[in-house]
Amino acid sequence: MTKPLTISPVATVAEVAAIDAAAKQAEVLIRSDRVVRGGLRRMQKSRAFLLPSLHALQKESGWISPGGVRYISELLQVSDAEIYGVATFYDLFQTERPISSDYLAHVCVDTSCSIRGSEMLLEDLEGSGQESERSACLGLCANAPAVFYQGKQCSDYAVGNGESGPSILTRSKGEQLLKRVGRVNPTSLDSYKSSGGYQALSIAIQIGSSAVIDLVSEAGLTGRGGAGFPTGAKWGAVAAESAEMKYFVANADESEPGTFKDRVIMESDPFALIESMTIGGVTVGAKVGWIYIRAEYPLAIQRVAAALDQARRANLLGENILGSDHSFDIEVRKGAGAYICGEETALFSSIEGYRGEPRSKPPYPTTRGLFGCPTVVNNPETLINVLQILSIGVPKYRSQGTPESPGTKLYCVSGDVHKPGLYEAEFGIQIDELINLAGGAVSATKAVLLGGAAGSLITPDYFDMPLSTEAAQSHGVSLGSGAVMVLGEQVNIMDVIIRVAEFFKNESCGQCVPCRIGTMRQHEQLLQIKKTKDSDKKKIQLLTEIGNVMSDASICGLGHTASTAIQSAIYNGLLGGSDE
Amino acid sequence: MSDMSDDATKISIFLNGNKVTVQKDLTILEASSKNMVDIPTICWSEHLEPANACRLCVVEVEGSKTLVPSCSRRVESGMNILTESPRVRASRRMILEFLATTNDLSQAPEIVTLFDDYGVDIDRYERPTRISEEVRIQDELYIRDYSKCVLCYKCVDACGEQAQNTFAIAFSGRGFDTQVSTEFDVGLPESNCVYCGNCVAVCPTNALQFKTEFDLRDASNWRPEDQTVTTTVCSYCGVGCNLELHTQGDQIVKVTSPTEHDVTNGNLCIKGRFGWEYVNLVMKDDR
Amino acid sequence: MFGAGGGTSSYREVEDAEVIVLWGSNARDAHPIYFRRVLKALRKGAKLFVIDPRRTASAEFADLWLGLDVGTDIALANAVAREIIDANLHDLTFIERATTGFEKFKVSVEWYTLERAELITGIPSHAIQELAHAYASAKTAQILWTLGITEHHNAVENVLSLCNLALLTGHVGRWGSGLVPLRGQNNVQGGGDMGALPNKLPGFQDIDDADARRKFEQVYGTRINPEPGLHLTLMFEAMHRNELRALYVIGENPADSEADAKSARKALSQLDTLIVQDIFLTRTAEMADVVFPASVGWAQSDGTVTSSERRVQRVRPAVSRAGSTKDDLDIIVELADRLGANWSARGPEQVWDEVRSLSPMHAGMSYERLDEGPGLQWPCPSTEHPGTEYLHEWLWKGDLGGHRAAPFSVTVHEGPKEHLNPDYPLRLTTGRALDSFNTGVQSRNYPSPIRTGQTIDLSAMDAKAIGVFDGETVKVSSKRGSINMTAKIVENLPAGLVFSTFHFPEIADINLLTNDHWDLMSGTSEFKASAIRIDKFIDEAKT
Repeated sequence: MTKPLTISPVATVAEVAAIDAAAKQAEVLIRSDRVVRGGLRRMQKSRAFLLPSLHALQKESGWISPGGVRYISELLQVSDAEIYGVATFYDLFQTERPISSDYLAHVCVDTSCSIRGSEMLLEDLEGSGQESERSACLGLCANAPAVFYQGKQCSDYAVGNGESGPSILTRSKGEQLLKRVGRVNPTSLDSYKSSGGYQALSIAIQIGSSAVIDLVSEAGLTGRGGAGFPTGAKWGAVAAESAEMKYFVANADESEPGTFKDRVIMESDPFALIESMTIGGVTVGAKVGWIYIRAEYPLAIQRVAAALDQARRANLLGENILGSDHSFDIEVRKGAGAYICGEETALFSSIEGYRGEPRSKPPYPTTRGLFGCPTVVNNPETLINVLQILSIGVPKYRSQGTPESPGTKLYCVSGDVHKPGLYEAEFGIQIDELINLAGGAVSATKAVLLGGAAGSLITPDYFDMPLSTEAAQSHGVSLGSGAVMVLGEQVNIMDVIIRVAEFFKNESCGQCVPCRIGTMRQHEQLLQIKKTKDSDKKKIQLLTEIGNVMSDASICGLGHTASTAIQSAIYNGLLGGSDE
Repeated sequence: MSDMSDDATKISIFLNGNKVTVQKDLTILEASSKNMVDIPTICWSEHLEPANACRLCVVEVEGSKTLVPSCSRRVESGMNILTESPRVRASRRMILEFLATTNDLSQAPEIVTLFDDYGVDIDRYERPTRISEEVRIQDELYIRDYSKCVLCYKCVDACGEQAQNTFAIAFSGRGFDTQVSTEFDVGLPESNCVYCGNCVAVCPTNALQFKTEFDLRDASNWRPEDQTVTTTVCSYCGVGCNLELHTQGDQIVKVTSPTEHDVTNGNLCIKGRFGWEYVNLVMKDDR
Repeated sequence: MFGAGGGTSSYREVEDAEVIVLWGSNARDAHPIYFRRVLKALRKGAKLFVIDPRRTASAEFADLWLGLDVGTDIALANAVAREIIDANLHDLTFIERATTGFEKFKVSVEWYTLERAELITGIPSHAIQELAHAYASAKTAQILWTLGITEHHNAVENVLSLCNLALLTGHVGRWGSGLVPLRGQNNVQGGGDMGALPNKLPGFQDIDDADARRKFEQVYGTRINPEPGLHLTLMFEAMHRNELRALYVIGENPADSEADAKSARKALSQLDTLIVQDIFLTRTAEMADVVFPASVGWAQSDGTVTSSERRVQRVRPAVSRAGSTKDDLDIIVELADRLGANWSARGPEQVWDEVRSLSPMHAGMSYERLDEGPGLQWPCPSTEHPGTEYLHEWLWKGDLGGHRAAPFSVTVHEGPKEHLNPDYPLRLTTGRALDSFNTGVQSRNYPSPIRTGQTIDLSAMDAKAIGVFDGETVKVSSKRGSINMTAKIVENLPAGLVFSTFHFPEIADINLLTNDHWDLMSGTSEFKASAIRIDKFIDEAKT
């Protein structure tokens, strides 16, 4: 028995060119007739070009072709099986058949879009012959229903409620984080500078690292991505590390259903993100920064990339920034459709060219983060708060919000309100006040889904709850990402809950048993309850036990919160209740 | 007095309420096992880095919001660890129920044996989605039965950078659809596989199985109770790999290598693992 | 050079090496379980250099692969030595304390400039320089080799040129640094240890040492001939001259495995008596007057074998013996009985204990100890001794522990005996495939899914020049003969070099082509360097 000589698939000329362009800095092997330079270290380093290479291949051919995989494998010295494994991890890489037309439409079916008729839109698109897929939240919740058009050999674009471009902003009083949004030209560094941009960086360089960290700590800034960790402590920890390489990462993989604040920042005020990251990098001693942006935000990616170019040309990035000893530059990494990559350690895996699987903590990113080096990961909203702290000073900053939750917060209000949109308000604003700010409820509100899919259902009885970390905590809920989805009279809460369960089932990375199987069993149980219209004690008991093991024994935050909304529905008696 | 240890490499922890002194570089799992406290695990293995995937080994650590995986978390001074608390047991029960409602565990006795202790009841799940696929038989050396695969990471880690560095298999897909796969699911003979069998050796559920074993099981003639294991040395090169020859009825039916032996740590190459067939042939020879 | 013939280091030491030089070894395929430790070392940050005419599976992991011309190892080693000295990276303290002949050696390598080495080896001088500096500057470094070094007409000189590098830099005699030949069979090392060498008694005791002989004579009850015997190649020469008339072959298949097989078969056929003891009726056994059917040593017999790290381990019977087969040991003892010798030791353990009584380095290795643990590494002089992880620690002691200083050896580049010429313009080198073994008598019996069969591998450039395509049947010829083979175009060979394994003599009798120039000291043939030509195959039956 001998092995047949198999013909291995071959990449097309265009595929080779596209991949080469994406991975041009990756030189794993330097070949000559008699000497080849290679080795595991070079392989490891170049692996970070895998995701861009796959994007290039997908764009060129409309799928991840076997020939393309073969070529990437030779170029980056990553095995075909591993490349396939990475490609199949992401929703935006097709591995079975190519996109046949110019675009593949990804139609959001998450809460705010589904109550605005996304299923009908999907049918319409399919009826018109447009290749379409159901998608998780696209961050266009204020312009629901939303569609992301993934182009084959043409640019991607996103459309909200039939319109592309940034969502129309609804202004609120006392805006600070959003003060430049819609007022400065996001494609012009000069425009940014003339509105006070880059003053904070000058201050930061002037006062030095430890003073910046002290200010950020004294201001009481906490992470706005959901976890709420004190930012000053994080920066301080990484600044104290003596490692040769450190990284500063902006986590702009904003994928929490109902959340779109980071998109608005990047689309409308990209220099603010870059400036604040530069301050962060300079402060903690990182020379390289990464912005990880979800692929469904093509305009944000474009604006950030263009802003980076301008900043580099103006020596606001690169060597000796503003004539100082500090050097810092930023690279953009585009996600490929995976909610889990918003988990900080999964995000590292994704940048490094691995499947976006989260890692066990400890070690924490501050000691072992990206590429194994000490790393700060911050949410864009968190970062632009730093500009505010440095420009207005700690006392003024702390004069807003509550003593425990100082400052302002961005709220993404969507669903059944008259004026859905992004609102900035001080911590402590009540839910009903926020609804009023957004033009008031369209109909009698059944509940608010606070904090996205990972958040909780709040019934009207609690709408006087102030939105602050401490008040949320005392109610046993979390503000999460600041998503506020208002569910009106027409909304079937059971369907919302089932969709949340389906979302987690789809987005679980599959690494640990509690989450991989738990999200599946949770979804199945809810479907059973809906089908049989029977939510007896035993079923609820099992749902609760499934929720417990996920929140207790999963590796990461996805599993920990995958049952939060469902459990809050049970708690509030919203599950299979009489109104269904 | 006794806890005022001068030994800087040792620390005290509380294990199920008992104060014990352990080496400080141990994981909770190792520290527990040294103190005769058993913690069940599926994905842990001595010569692979903890995959942290099965979560069966979770324990309660005071101060931690969630349960922690004992296989990878290191002990810290004064750590208060509960390995059998109701919360821990509840999680383990669910994990076992999840696996039992998903996979065919008929050839994973080490998992099944835990069911009674943890009160596993799979009947309370109504028509759970199971993994059910036809057995992949693509060559004469291995079979792959995905209905048995619990995604413990051992085979992928053994094929990858932790041992073999061949990377013929990797995880594909996501969530419940995650699978161990070759590129585009091509057959193993078409993949980069070099048939070292190290993936088969580490599989805890027989999802990966030697074809010899599979065939004997298929013929209802796999009789572990009638098998003997003899340790000897492979003849195919000078490295000196120890082989464990599993024999049944005076025929070799399977070859493994002792994990505790430093030369192989359980690893073999294709020749050592499968090159014994001629011994069975000469046995049939009447000379 | 240092006395006993064995690898100086234990396998696990390579994990602590900073620089690993794999010289003429494709361990990834030929010694995979050893190579896993090299990989561990690389994951820890070690640097790997692979020196091989082919870019082998091992070379794919290398930080730097150096593709030298076949048979130019001495030129490369000497150039590396010269560069180390020139850059002042040699360890003078070590050299002064532990070695002799440095000055002479230094002069001898003076000629091997980087430029000359580049011309001879084909490797760019910067790569040679990089190798030299990395090896010399590393805190710990190992050189590992296999048949790429020893299957040459100047095998021993090749090895000595590598030893020189270790002496120059002090990369021997301490943890993590060393010189390791990887053995091809499970008991090559053990065979040497047991005195299966023309000039050695068990335990590497010299046959010309009268005291040693006397010790053995007392136990064996017979006189030992003080003259060294013949090694394999000399035996074949003696057979050709009709001086050697009877041959007893145990577990070897020279009719297939010898270089220039046609000539070897002729020599075997003109013997008066050929006895073959084997588990298979090999091509050699088919020629025999008497065949002793043997059992399978590692699966049917008790005994010991010794690995490349000098580890003596037990083999044990797992299945019973078939038919009339007997253990090798029993056959030999029974033969001795029939010849009227009355050997006292019977059975594996008694024989082993006799070895222990005669070979001091094995003295401490009782069966009990071997059965208890993972085996023992020689020297192990007493039952309390834990065995020895690495050899030659004495090189680092002030008084050298009473040993004689280790001599540098002057080695001279010569190149392969068989020169390329217009009639035979291609260099053929042979080697192993991962899933097969030697002449295939054992390995052909299992259904390997990765077995590709016998092909003649060549570069695209050569294929184009000859006008053959992938998978085409070609005629491969040396001045000793011609065979038909399947051409396979590969990327890992430079132009001018072709490669074949030797596992399928029934498909392609590759050793009909190979070159039997051999090394005077070791008797190894130059399998690695034959001059051949490849022609398109024209089926004469059809024309």
